[in-house]
Amino acid sequence: MKARVITVTSGKGGVGKTTLTANLGVALAMQGQRVVTIDADVGLRNLDVMLGLENRIVYDLVDVVEGRCQLRQAMVHDKRLSELFLLPAAQTRDKSAIKPEDMLRVCEDLRERCDFVLIDSPAGIEQGFRYAIAPADEVIIVTNPEVAAVRDADRVIGLIEAEEQGSSRLIINRIKPDMVRRGEMLSIADVVELLAIDLIGIVPEDQAILITANRGHPLAFSSNSSPTGQAFHNIARRLRGEDVPFVPLREPGMLERLFRFWRLGGSIL
Amino acid sequence: MKFLERLGVRRYKPSSGDVAKERLRLVLAHDRTSISPALLNTLKDEIITVISRHIAIDVEDVQVTFSQSAHESRLVADIPVLTGRRRRKR
Repeated sequence: MKARVITVTSGKGGVGKTTLTANLGVALAMQGQRVVTIDADVGLRNLDVMLGLENRIVYDLVDVVEGRCQLRQAMVHDKRLSELFLLPAAQTRDKSAIKPEDMLRVCEDLRERCDFVLIDSPAGIEQGFRYAIAPADEVIIVTNPEVAAVRDADRVIGLIEAEEQGSSRLIINRIKPDMVRRGEMLSIADVVELLAIDLIGIVPEDQAILITANRGHPLAFSSNSSPTGQAFHNIARRLRGEDVPFVPLREPGMLERLFRFWRLGGSIL
Repeated sequence: MKFLERLGVRRYKPSSGDVAKERLRLVLAHDRTSISPALLNTLKDEIITVISRHIAIDVEDVQVTFSQSAHESRLVADIPVLTGRRRRKR
């Protein structure tokens, strides 16, 4: 095995890096790929709770880097999917604990053991971002269709180009088709034109994301439940080199919304 | 215009999505080149000084702006030259 290392980053915080990393990890593993997700947000870890693996952490990334354990001891195996693993971040340390060379070394070891390494980068463009992109073969830039997120994405794209850090592709997250239709939100075409990089995914806004995050059971597990779940699987297939056409955005009808709300365990009262 | 507005006829207002796109276009152009609007003004003043030394230009209508396509930024100076006829008129 010779894994591809892919870093998910955005510049701005809160655009959905961790949610995307969790769901892409699940989608790739469901497609039979062996995946290791790495939480690079030392001090503010959250990939563990997104994946529902927070109670199973024994060692973390900093323990590996500082030699307190073997790499495989720190990897948490997701029991729901035989091919999915998490290398958690340390919660009680800060980003100065990791250097770019440390990430290179860890990823070099992982390359032999899996198909994909997905690194969830911290927000910002400081140290944490630097070590998160250091081992990347490819970078996924996440943005939302809003002014601040697009601006920060552009800055990050510039930095990655300057570092010559492999190819970067764009995911536009949390798009609201009805707002785009009314002209009250930047469209996919607007964002792609402004940032001038290749698109790898469009993810529509979905309340189910919050519901599934509440439960620690990413939406990608139920791939056919919604356009958003399907979007994660389409991105995973594109990452594997498949040519998957982009689905035109559509707005769910009232009945469909209600039905999905119930199925995901929502309650009206 | 006031009268029409009272009747409920609104003036054309671009959608917020279009406004966002236009604002981003400018912000990104400045971010990518690290040229601030203040520097742009300085450039404009100096260009006017240098060119006025040799040619009569319409100082009020000089525009120094960015234009942008994909990953290329372009500094554009639009300098109206005063012709003999217009000069006489003033």
